[in-house]
Amino acid sequence: MDVIELHEAMVFLGRFPALAGVNLTVESGEIVALQGPNGAGKTTLLRLCAGLIPLGTGSGKVLGHDLFTEQQSIRRSVAMLGHTSGLYDDLTVRENVTFWAQAAGLDKTTAFERAENAIERMGVEKRLLGLPVSRLSAGQKRRTSLASLIVRRPQLWLLDEPHSGLDQDGREVVDSFIKEVVNAGATVVVASHELDRISALSPRIMTVVGGVALENEDQ
Amino acid sequence: MKQFMHDFLLVAKKDLRIEIRSRVIINQVVPFAVLVLVLFGFALDADQRTLRLFSPGLFWVAVLLSLLLAIQRSVSLETVNDSLTGLKLAGLSPIAIFLGKSMAIFAQIVVLEIFLTGGIIIFYGSVIEDPTLWVVAGLVTAIAVSVTGTLYGALASGLEVRETLLPILLLPVLAPVLIGATKAYSGALGETVSNGWQWTGLLSLFALIAATLGSLAYGVLVEE
Repeated sequence: MDVIELHEAMVFLGRFPALAGVNLTVESGEIVALQGPNGAGKTTLLRLCAGLIPLGTGSGKVLGHDLFTEQQSIRRSVAMLGHTSGLYDDLTVRENVTFWAQAAGLDKTTAFERAENAIERMGVEKRLLGLPVSRLSAGQKRRTSLASLIVRRPQLWLLDEPHSGLDQDGREVVDSFIKEVVNAGATVVVASHELDRISALSPRIMTVVGGVALENEDQ
Repeated sequence: MKQFMHDFLLVAKKDLRIEIRSRVIINQVVPFAVLVLVLFGFALDADQRTLRLFSPGLFWVAVLLSLLLAIQRSVSLETVNDSLTGLKLAGLSPIAIFLGKSMAIFAQIVVLEIFLTGGIIIFYGSVIEDPTLWVVAGLVTAIAVSVTGTLYGALASGLEVRETLLPILLLPVLAPVLIGATKAYSGALGETVSNGWQWTGLLSLFALIAATLGSLAYGVLVEE
């Protein structure tokens, strides 16, 4: 089953064509890496696939939902890790992850249980659970962000520079996390500048330049 | 409806928990509002009769100036780490987000009004002759400014200069609320013969319209 199907997808930010006719097919269980210079359109492509920005022209489906008409359904089924943490600085680690579990529609008890499991899975130290997120290191914040996304149990992960700001240990956590979710049946599209790291994870690398995504020829 | 209430309460509780935790309202907004009252006192040469006469207007000007701080804070909670994207991806109803954030600001404004009521009694020597009108008009006005402020906060949130633009956008819209609330409080203080309940009725209408428009427009405003 194709998780992402884009045909000549164009996205306009104002009058600027941020994506200029992208053709992309991603199958279930795949890891697809996006590389390219800053401003090439990687983040826009991920946000389009998350249903966060409207498709201008062309056509596309994500998880079987039409990008023109079913953006809300797409949003509920994907997880997107952006450049920022998406967390509330004044809430604790536990409160943040539980909040996002409840935001996904879970009742309080289930949300709490799922949050505890997600925190443990991401290896956030127990002594940090009661601390406000503002006091965490970049690596711990990234782990907490991932934990707050795990609770939603998404079918498609869209990761934008997931290694940025992380130390070696944190980077390895992210890599093993990506492998784990794919082994569990999810699909991952990851934008990264760290080609060595990403090529070890994924045999399929695409280059985004000038709003167009191209398959790397040396694959 | 059950899901809507879940989303509404979740957002409201989250914002309030953050405010209680950070103590911004108690440590910064309330002292700022009280300081405004004191400065008005200096500006009017500490003439108690004049201060009593103008205390309703001064009260609401202090509330509106403080509201700007509360709105900026409410907006920044969602923008500083782009949590708003998370709320969108979670599929929360935009109306529930709007009303939840409005509810949290409403609670903060009510706390502020309590302190300011004490402020005008202590600093200006005001005497509340109709406490029921005072409370009802205060609550209705708090609803009106909270929903309007939340809507305009969302409107300004996508702009790079939102800190400076928000007052220019919001204060003119709230001018009718300032007039109505001042008239209602003048009635509650017995300073004028204006019918405070009629003004409170008008404020209720404003609050209803603002809440309805805000609920309809918020989802569009927070989309890219």
